[in-house]
Amino acid sequence: MTDVLNAIVLLGNFVLVPGLAYGSQLALGALGVTLIYGILRFSNLAHGETMSFGAMITILVTWLLQANGISFHPLPTALLALPFGIIGAVALCLIVDRLVYRYYRQQRSTSSIYLIVSIGVMLITGGLIRFIIGPGDRKITDGERFIIKARDFKEMTGLNEGLAIKTTQGVTVITAVSVVAFVFWFLGRTRTGKAMRAYSDNEDLALLSGINPERVVMIAWIMTGALATIAGTLYGLDKSFKPFTYMQLLLPIFAAAIVGGVGNPIGAIVGGFVVAFSELIITFAYRKVFMYLLPDEMAPEGMIQLLSTDYKFAVSFVILVIVLLVKPTGIFSGKLL
Amino acid sequence: MKKIAMAVLASSILAAPAMAADVKIGVLLGFTGPIESLAPNMATAAEMAMKEASDSGNFMGGANAVSVRADSTCVDAAAATAAAERMVTSDGVAAIMGADCSGVTTAVLQNVGTAKGIVMISPSATSPALSDIPDDGLFFRTAPSDARGGQVMAEVLMGRGVKSIALTYTNNDYGKGLADSIQGNYEALGGKVTVVASHEDDKGDYSAEVAALAQGGSEHLVIVGYLDRGGKGIMQASLDSGAFENFAMSDGMIGPSLPEAIGADLNGSWGLLPGGESEGYTIFEKMAADAGFEATPYSAESYDSAALIMLAMQAAGSSDSQKMKAKVFDVANAPGTKIHPGELGKALKILADGGEIDYVGAREIELIGPGETGGAYLEQVVQDGKFTTVNTH
Repeated sequence: MTDVLNAIVLLGNFVLVPGLAYGSQLALGALGVTLIYGILRFSNLAHGETMSFGAMITILVTWLLQANGISFHPLPTALLALPFGIIGAVALCLIVDRLVYRYYRQQRSTSSIYLIVSIGVMLITGGLIRFIIGPGDRKITDGERFIIKARDFKEMTGLNEGLAIKTTQGVTVITAVSVVAFVFWFLGRTRTGKAMRAYSDNEDLALLSGINPERVVMIAWIMTGALATIAGTLYGLDKSFKPFTYMQLLLPIFAAAIVGGVGNPIGAIVGGFVVAFSELIITFAYRKVFMYLLPDEMAPEGMIQLLSTDYKFAVSFVILVIVLLVKPTGIFSGKLL
Repeated sequence: MKKIAMAVLASSILAAPAMAADVKIGVLLGFTGPIESLAPNMATAAEMAMKEASDSGNFMGGANAVSVRADSTCVDAAAATAAAERMVTSDGVAAIMGADCSGVTTAVLQNVGTAKGIVMISPSATSPALSDIPDDGLFFRTAPSDARGGQVMAEVLMGRGVKSIALTYTNNDYGKGLADSIQGNYEALGGKVTVVASHEDDKGDYSAEVAALAQGGSEHLVIVGYLDRGGKGIMQASLDSGAFENFAMSDGMIGPSLPEAIGADLNGSWGLLPGGESEGYTIFEKMAADAGFEATPYSAESYDSAALIMLAMQAAGSSDSQKMKAKVFDVANAPGTKIHPGELGKALKILADGGEIDYVGAREIELIGPGETGGAYLEQVVQDGKFTTVNTH
């Protein structure tokens, strides 16, 4: 019995807990991508940099708060600074939309033009971020580091394996759940949310019903900026903030959005968890799990690892390819790309 | 070209009458990249040696040794080659103190060093592959090869009673070379390596790598990597998930920024760093403190590398790499007067008078075989957030 418990705790510590946190971060990121796809009908490759930008503002404000002795113990101070980061990222999104995307909207450009334009926006935003905060690693986590430490868990339960839950992982999951609940309430219950869904569903009909397209676009950018900042800050808190890593996050985020069905918010959430858990489950080595579950004489010699961790990003690629081949609309039938 | 020559001639006549022309020496280190926290002090140490030689007035009949810095990036072979190329062709350096990391050093040696016939003395490239590389006798190093590093690491692990390890290395020439050497030597001594996995630098998240490493069942993790990059990430993720608490570190992981970043959890972990506690090193530490910088890893080797370059030039009576390359062994090894840090003026004088010297320097320099040092290692343990030397091997 203890062996079974040990195996469960082992999987919990290395797969379930990190998967939930990582999945939440991807889900929030994918939700932003999917919103822009639904309303503006293009793949916003600058989304990773928007996350990074929002997280950067949050970090700068966090430093200011820390310097003035303001803290949010036992939670990380960055949560207090988050609203400022959101304002910064929303401002960035609106300015970029006014200066760049609006022009192409008036030109009625195709989505591939938008895609290329968003690459330009991505590069410029990335440069701006490196110019302001530099390319280095920034650590902002403060407050209590752990909800449960591995060693304490072992002592409490008497098991061989420990379960560690970081405060940032707890914060990530709780924030993600509340933000997602808010987004669904907004889209489903409010007038503006319904207007956005109508616009996304059929632009011409929505215009005929008197929906102001510029207003819908503005609200989509505000939501995207807020979602991106929250996702970026949570990722930075949980791992560490480094501008470069946000560009690497683009791939799993797009994989998540496409797997779920682009333009479909529920799909983005599910997709985020599918991608996160696939990465972890496929690259995890199951040697110890089998050692606990199987009798001693059958204990495995090798590592029982499907794929080396070096290929973690390849998992996102494979998922992308399979979904595009088998069901291009994604699990929840979003729009065709 | 004629104009430039005239200008140079005119300025040298105006500025320093009766003085020999300045000798430019390249300082090619990774000011940005994985060892960016170490490079500034390495460069300062090399420049301290140049200043010492220049101030003595004995260097090449009263010439100044002038430093030309460039960024090797430590990891980007193309960028390092371009930087070295520029040093040689446009700045006109006579020799290069560098490069630092093994991969870029190999690239620079092949594309610039042997191609242009420029002497290179690296303070920190430790890949075993550099021992057998065809170098036309132009390449030397003041840090020992990792073939020896792996052997010492295996012996210390065994000496500490560690019978089983998980091993992770940064996926490049340095990491792979040292990790292979550690694994080979450790298994030969009867140790068990349960998992070997490489890691890429600059990822946001290392929890998957750590999860895999933890499944081997070892309690000790040996990290061959860099303190400012993946090595630190692996360590942090290990502590966060409770996978490992005991770490053994390669030289690239040792530096003051690591305990600062990780905190108290690092206390008790240890690492190996080339170099020995010696009379010369004590002198060097004091000189560094007087000059206003800390003797961080590889700064002493950098001082020695720059000193060897200048002493070899003096012995050859020329800053031409083709002439000086044969003199590097002569000035580094016996016979001759022993030279410690701070005695470069004296050494230059002896050489000018036709005498012989045996450069000991900060790191007990004794060149062997293909132009590298045999090498002692310091065992450093983290105590109260600081790397403290506990033993020499």
